[in-house]
Amino acid sequence: MSAVDYSHEISVVEGKPALRELDDLIIKPLETKPNKNFLIALSITLGMLGFFVIGLGLTFYYGIGMWGNNNPVGWAFDIVNFVFWVGIGHAGTLISAILFLFRQKWRTGIARFAEGMTIFAVMTAALFPLIHIGRFWLPLYLMPYPNQHSLWVNFTSPLLWDVFAVSTYFTVSLIFWYVGLIPDFAILREKTENKIKKTIYSIFSLGWRFSNRHWQHYEMVYLILAGFATPLVLSVHTIVSFDFAVSILPGWHTTIFPPYFVAGAVFSGFAMVQNVLIIVRKIFHYEHIITLDTLEKMNKIMLLTGSLVGYAYGMEFFIAWYSGNPIEQFTFINRAFGPYAWAYWIMLTCNVVSPQLFWFKKIRRSIPIMFIVAVFVNVGMWFERFVIVVTSLANDFLPSSWAYYKPTYVDFMILIGSFGFFFTFILLFTKALPVVSMAEVKAVVDGAQPSHHDH
Amino acid sequence: MSDKILYGYSAIFDKPDDIIKAAKTVAEHGYKKYDVNTPYPIHGMNNAMKLKPSKLGYISLIVGLSGALAAILTMWWMSAVDYPIVYGGKPFFSFPAYIPVVFEVTVLSASIATVLAMLFIFFKFPNNSHPLQGTEYLKKVSSDKYGIIILADDEKYNENEVKNLFQSLNASELEPIYWDNDEINHKHKIFEPKFILFLVVVAILNSGAVYFVYNKLLFMVPFNWMMEQERQNVQQKSLIFSDGFGMRTPVEGTIARGHLPYQFYGKPDLAGEKLINPIPVSKSSLKLGQEKYDTYCSPCHDYHGTGQSRLNGQFPNPPSLHSEKLRSWSDGRIFAVITEGQNVMPSYSTQLTEDERWAVINYIRVLQRAMNAKESDIK
Repeated sequence: MSAVDYSHEISVVEGKPALRELDDLIIKPLETKPNKNFLIALSITLGMLGFFVIGLGLTFYYGIGMWGNNNPVGWAFDIVNFVFWVGIGHAGTLISAILFLFRQKWRTGIARFAEGMTIFAVMTAALFPLIHIGRFWLPLYLMPYPNQHSLWVNFTSPLLWDVFAVSTYFTVSLIFWYVGLIPDFAILREKTENKIKKTIYSIFSLGWRFSNRHWQHYEMVYLILAGFATPLVLSVHTIVSFDFAVSILPGWHTTIFPPYFVAGAVFSGFAMVQNVLIIVRKIFHYEHIITLDTLEKMNKIMLLTGSLVGYAYGMEFFIAWYSGNPIEQFTFINRAFGPYAWAYWIMLTCNVVSPQLFWFKKIRRSIPIMFIVAVFVNVGMWFERFVIVVTSLANDFLPSSWAYYKPTYVDFMILIGSFGFFFTFILLFTKALPVVSMAEVKAVVDGAQPSHHDH
Repeated sequence: MSDKILYGYSAIFDKPDDIIKAAKTVAEHGYKKYDVNTPYPIHGMNNAMKLKPSKLGYISLIVGLSGALAAILTMWWMSAVDYPIVYGGKPFFSFPAYIPVVFEVTVLSASIATVLAMLFIFFKFPNNSHPLQGTEYLKKVSSDKYGIIILADDEKYNENEVKNLFQSLNASELEPIYWDNDEINHKHKIFEPKFILFLVVVAILNSGAVYFVYNKLLFMVPFNWMMEQERQNVQQKSLIFSDGFGMRTPVEGTIARGHLPYQFYGKPDLAGEKLINPIPVSKSSLKLGQEKYDTYCSPCHDYHGTGQSRLNGQFPNPPSLHSEKLRSWSDGRIFAVITEGQNVMPSYSTQLTEDERWAVINYIRVLQRAMNAKESDIK
């Protein structure tokens, strides 16, 4: 490698494109008719969504007895999927809020898309508790509202905290996303010739006029929202982990769960964002906006969080041994060598071993390899939740009630369907809204900011 | 053209450095009512325009703290005042367990309030009828140009002076901006009766739909499937079992709790060998034994066990309980007689529970001892 020039910051957008070109490039998918590839992709995701509808229809008609859940494994695919999708949703806010606070400019190219993924992932995740309560049309009982029973919800229950955490997270992410979209809606409003589109964009842009007296407050709000979203994103998966950690089941009842879950969530979220962005940048020719450097930085974060997750796996075993508690020790040995050993070793290979490849710069910068690694990470993180939920329940305190959990075809329909649900929204998003924040990207192009010779 | 009302005079610049310089100069010239429009926030512009820091942070602080307080008070009232329930041995007001909800409510209320305050109070949005809307100027500054506009109602406004100022700053384009007629006559549409009527209709439809779903729909087929389930009542005809009986006899060999069947029918001697009195002699067991003996045994056996009872002559007299033979019988042997009956005496297993029978035996022992007291007993 040649010597690196540290005398000036490397631009996060390559090639110093003209601002107008950037606008046109980002708006292009919105102005053109969907092509054949898009329609093929959409029909695939809609087909998967069809599985979802049928799986849920069977569940609602016949009851959740259609699932493989048994006694003692009362929580299975539905909670695994819930935790998995909430975890996917963590990358967006991390990118838009935490990296914003750290002034990481490379986030601008991917923030909008990651935030969109957050919203769709949380929507997908929120379906699962609703399905799991059995009577999905009565979610109102989750909220403290004056009802005919004069009863209130149990504020000391982690499941109730979950309701507040996930709904707050969804609302704040949506607000954050919308605030970021307002200037872009205004750009679209100024650009479009179509009368209907102009009306829609006018409504959503609220009359934004790029005034600096507005930008000043706008930037402050962005900072405040980032400040709120940062602890919020950490709190959400912490509270999700409380669903397990506050119980007394061996394998769940550990204090390492909150940080371990948050690291895992960021890990899987980044893997999913990376996977989808690799495809998006290729199709829409955004290679100079979502650069290889950006992807490399994401890989570094995956290496870090993947190592944290690996450390947590090791620490769980250490604490089980160090505690001297035979039940705890059994649980962990049973995880690695018991009836679900296959799931455990899939998880360990995908989550701990595969991201270690990112120590090599060549691999970090090779798009096919990083794509495969990120797919592995997603598989592994799904299995992590499966291992945590199912192994602890299947072999609990009372050996007479042990039972092996086997998912049914309905479980798999819902799992596949949830991906269809998520990716259908992603596809529609790429055609309906600018997937890169125009205002933010333009601000970080070389020469877009005044030269600071007077400072 | 001249009958239009002037809103302001605008200039377009091509470079961010130029717009910073322009903003600084305009501010130094003492103009108050002017604005800079840029496609993205320009670093250093707030200083150049000498803007005071945004006060939105105070709104977040106040609303956030109020949200936190409201959450705590709500949870306290709900779980410690209105309907207190003990959960997991925790106090009614268990603050540590409320922290997650308090945090979430704080973030939620503060975020919503800050954004709403910015959009609707600070910016007075939505406003799609501002004079800048629909101008070429806004089109340019939305994309890649940097604009500055000095408003006509500024105290120092003078068209020629402003023009010269902009020209001296090397503006690439100059343009006066006028009010459109519909922009002047614009009124907020939210106060139109049509819009208010629309809101009322939406509110009625919405609340009606919620009422219907929660009070009617959920009690209809198939949503009532949990409330209205088929079930079998006692003494009802069964549609499932072939014999038509709703009530089922227990499986053969079923034993009710505490009712181990008597194993020594017809073998009283074996019973005397194997059975051991499980009831220790105590005041309460003797009292129970006396009560049961007086009720069930004394009519024939007499209160003292002599066999000369008040039914004397109406039934064959039972033998005395004080005979040598009876005194040498084990407790189990007597138990067999009470359970099975003997000669004319019927079984008392339905009148006396097992424990009561053993208590009666204890009491019989007392009677036997009393009738055959030794010297040592008197002391």
